[in-house]
Amino acid sequence: MIFLGIEVIGRVPSVLHTPLMSGANAIHGVVIIGAIIVMGKAEPGNYLALILGFLAVILGAINVVGGFVVTDRMLEMFKQKKK
Amino acid sequence: MMGQSLLTVIYIIAAVTFILGLKMLSNPTSARKGNLIAAFGMTAAIFATIFLYQSEQGHSLHNFGWIFGGLAIGTLVGWIAAKKVKMTAMPEMVSLFNGMGGACAALISLIEFNHMTQGYTGQAGFFSGLHGGTLLIIFLGLIIGSISFAGSMIAWGKLNGSIKDFTFKGQHIVNLLLLAVILVLVIYIIMARPEMTRVYFYLVLILALIYGVFFVMPIGGADMPVVISLLNSFTGVAAASGGFLYDNKAMLTGGILVGAAGTLLTILMTKAMNRSILNVLIGNFGGGGTGAAGAAGAGGAKSVKEIASADLAVSLNYSKSVVIVPGYGLAVAQAQKTTKELEDLLEANGVEVRYAIHPVAGRMPGHMNVLLAEANVEYPKLIDLEEANELLTNADVVLVLGANDVVNPAAEDDPNSPIFGMPVLQVWKAKMVVVVKRSMSSGYAGIDNPLFYHDKTRMLFGDAKKVLQDLIHEVKAL
Repeated sequence: MIFLGIEVIGRVPSVLHTPLMSGANAIHGVVIIGAIIVMGKAEPGNYLALILGFLAVILGAINVVGGFVVTDRMLEMFKQKKK
Repeated sequence: MMGQSLLTVIYIIAAVTFILGLKMLSNPTSARKGNLIAAFGMTAAIFATIFLYQSEQGHSLHNFGWIFGGLAIGTLVGWIAAKKVKMTAMPEMVSLFNGMGGACAALISLIEFNHMTQGYTGQAGFFSGLHGGTLLIIFLGLIIGSISFAGSMIAWGKLNGSIKDFTFKGQHIVNLLLLAVILVLVIYIIMARPEMTRVYFYLVLILALIYGVFFVMPIGGADMPVVISLLNSFTGVAAASGGFLYDNKAMLTGGILVGAAGTLLTILMTKAMNRSILNVLIGNFGGGGTGAAGAAGAGGAKSVKEIASADLAVSLNYSKSVVIVPGYGLAVAQAQKTTKELEDLLEANGVEVRYAIHPVAGRMPGHMNVLLAEANVEYPKLIDLEEANELLTNADVVLVLGANDVVNPAAEDDPNSPIFGMPVLQVWKAKMVVVVKRSMSSGYAGIDNPLFYHDKTRMLFGDAKKVLQDLIHEVKAL
């Protein structure tokens, strides 16, 4: 997997470094799955776990959605000038 | 059972979309599709988790209200933030999102630790019963997530100017010591399982947060791209540790992929600046270099030669080849569209205009490319460092717009300079150099730039956008 990561990013033109970093940033938002599991397992009376889990889901969702949308916005610009 | 197999399949598909997406992101033509594919995989993985996940005891998830509420709020906030942010503020945004991911990972560890230890009421030997491997993974997620969160917040504050550089004597040693204390504490807890485990756990959390702050605090703006990239890969590792915790393929793949790719990107960047990761990690840039360079700057009351925009307009209009070197000043002034306007005007008059892009110009690698793309500058006109240096020897006029450290000749000929050895754009090889700057203040690395006193150099003080508008006006009047 590590080699895969290196292989995937090995030959990237520097123009794409920012979108790539931003895209990778969105992908590590996958941590939200952990937040959902933690949240979904919490006993209804355990307010500490519920509140922390709720916060974790919110933060994870911001990471995922914000990450992908920002990346798309950047790449949209590269598209335009292709015409 | 059916559901569990389906879930596994969806996770594997999600993992494949991440790999594919990242791969496609590294090619200009497929990049946008790659991003969408990864986003699709992520959505599938999220919903599959909500509806199909079962614990080892076969229980499905509950608290759907909380989960969907959290998702809705996070989605809304993330979406609006991402849509509203200005292109120039992109690095801050990425840093902020990265911090959210790190905090998410740390919170998961926190909850899982509380869950693991909730039966503890003081009975002796309780902590010895905990699974060591799980504990280690929880600590890993906690520490890396916290460092990533705290560090990203500082990086965010520094980029938008609300946090200033801050260093104190012996900070490197304090940083290393902090890291050592954290490691020793974790090893101690896992090996000895003391009765104070809970207290130590929170101590580790606090120390990791402090380390995150101290880690980014002394690093100057020039190094910020490297730091964000590094923190990005940190969060990847934190996510991967969550993957170990839940034996979750999607989290594992996504996390490790980003961890590896982010680390490589970081190494590529540090190479472009001729520094080692360790060097950046200890936070070396701000410290010694600034003091020495500041003194040199104050001592040399050298004179600079200014140029009027009318004169520059003439030089630009009658040259064959013009190279523009954009820097952070251009981003701050929001002058990318005005730059493009000048380019169009000059090209219409038969001048060849190219952009020389230094790999670390701006606040993130490729920052300038994104900005210029926003202004519809054509892709082939953006020239990489090595090619640009060939181009520069034949250029009639080089227009440096808000760039400083990346065109500093001291990097090549002054062994005492903190940026000595960093590859730079050799603008002084052109026939004439015009530097557009707001003032004589030094760049983000905080060092003096001999280029400004060079025989071929003319200075044009002012906000990049304002200066460019004047230039356009003057060229039109010719």
